[in-house]
Amino acid sequence: MTDDDLVTVPLHEVAHGRTGDKGNRLNVSLFPYIDAAFDMLAEQVSEARVLEAFAHRGASAVTRHDLPNLPGFNFVIDDVLEGGVNASLNLDGHGKSLSYYLLGLTVKVPRAFVPKRQG
Amino acid sequence: MPETMHIGCGAGFAGDRFDAAIPVVATLRQRTGARFLIFETLAERTLAHAQRLRLDDPTRGYSPWLERYVEPILKEAFQSGIRIVSNFGAANPMAAGKLICEIARARGLDGLKVGVVEGDDLRATMSDDELLSHAIIDGLAPPTGSLVAANAYLGGRPIAEALDQGADVVVTGRCADPALVVGPAMHTFGWREGEDDRIATATLAGHLIECGAQVTGAYFADPGYKDVEDLARVGFPIAEITDDQGVTITKADATGGLVSVQTVKEQLLYEVHDPTAYLTPDVTMDITSARVTETSANRVAIEGVQGHPAPELLKATLSYEAGWLGEGEISYAGPNAYARAELAVNVLRERCALKGLNTPVRFDIIGAASVHDGDSAALRSAGSFAPDGDYRVRAAVTSAAKDTAQFIADEVLSLYCSGPAGGAGVRQSVTPRLSTASILVARDKCQARVTLLEPGA
Repeated sequence: MTDDDLVTVPLHEVAHGRTGDKGNRLNVSLFPYIDAAFDMLAEQVSEARVLEAFAHRGASAVTRHDLPNLPGFNFVIDDVLEGGVNASLNLDGHGKSLSYYLLGLTVKVPRAFVPKRQG
Repeated sequence: MPETMHIGCGAGFAGDRFDAAIPVVATLRQRTGARFLIFETLAERTLAHAQRLRLDDPTRGYSPWLERYVEPILKEAFQSGIRIVSNFGAANPMAAGKLICEIARARGLDGLKVGVVEGDDLRATMSDDELLSHAIIDGLAPPTGSLVAANAYLGGRPIAEALDQGADVVVTGRCADPALVVGPAMHTFGWREGEDDRIATATLAGHLIECGAQVTGAYFADPGYKDVEDLARVGFPIAEITDDQGVTITKADATGGLVSVQTVKEQLLYEVHDPTAYLTPDVTMDITSARVTETSANRVAIEGVQGHPAPELLKATLSYEAGWLGEGEISYAGPNAYARAELAVNVLRERCALKGLNTPVRFDIIGAASVHDGDSAALRSAGSFAPDGDYRVRAAVTSAAKDTAQFIADEVLSLYCSGPAGGAGVRQSVTPRLSTASILVARDKCQARVTLLEPGA
């Protein structure tokens, strides 16, 4: 198997990120560990796909801001917090755990985009 | 050589570690030049809680933890010329200022001056009707008579003024979090409103350090993926800002944690929506051109952030009473635990129906699906989970009526003797809820003012 072979892995193997909340709106940042993975993530982690992933939470819209300089992405997800920290019945009213929901999506990338980890 | 100011953070939220500032102060003492320590302790709803404390007792209403933050470091900071800036004044900055004077007096810190920044409280300048006539830009309109607090986000200028007047400690109420750094930068370098790239530089530094250890390896560590050494002693951040608009993030000496390109990038976008327009009272910050570079171990430089004119209106937060939250939890473990947990949920659901409850109740089975799930339990319904395990049922309801909140807590408790086998470890809570909504107000509705207190005088 070479570094060019495609592997299907959780996004968590390829990228990291965190969430922040303001009211009923969540932002999730996403940064590839290997900068060169940026374009492929842009292709595969689309606004539509993220909206679908958070549909069970009532997400109504997703805007993806691209920051090729960093490189990274900022997803802004509306109405996903079921009222936000003020009104939510969820234990996690801030949505602090939700970056790890996004990181559970799978992507298909060359093996070279998955950093080698001690194991 | 450009002139450098050093500004550390000792708390990133109300309730952050009380001893975190000690290594920050020890590190700042070794530095030369202008040095500051900030504490950011005022989340959106914290101020409303503080306002309630003030209504009960007019001498209170500041951060209940003020003394726990200040006592361990006040003497060392004052004697080393490290000036403290914090929003722990909350709903009563003047009372907080007087308390700090008392602490200084008790410790014999002669000559210590406290600058108190007021003017964020909009209920001093507007009636509730006038406040509620503003369009809500985020959240739901507060019901009539429910308003607890209304505060505008002040910028860096009044903090700079207090420092200009010689304050060793500056206490504010509501201000934009990055203003805790913008004010000291204005004071140190003489930067002014309208010098947008400069103000953006200070805003960037403030944005990166105001959440404390979130930029130094906390809210980050992910074993095997993002390893952080000695997280139990995570060092809190220090920003170095130069008068030629350089920003470097580092952390307190001899501590754990990590400052890396990755930790800085994650915090750079924290609570940011449109990265071309991060709005504060002082500037509109554009971070899309930012470059983040590790210059040496635990030192990261950020360049290329741009500033644009500040928004014309100020954001303000309305806090209001929003009923009650009732919660109950019970555990099931061992063989067939998942089926027993599901049975408990079904019993609770039926009890709610028998009671005729028409308020939506949320049920989680922790260990199967909870924080990632929605109120309708779509993930749990679609998933399959090990029959044997260690599961915890949770029920939650929110209601204007305390009885309804209490009802769900009571029903979970009754499962001990009237529910499935082996139900254990019930916890219940019924708590009042505060909610917030945001409005935009004209700048002339909040005239910031600075009062200098001198304990000796």
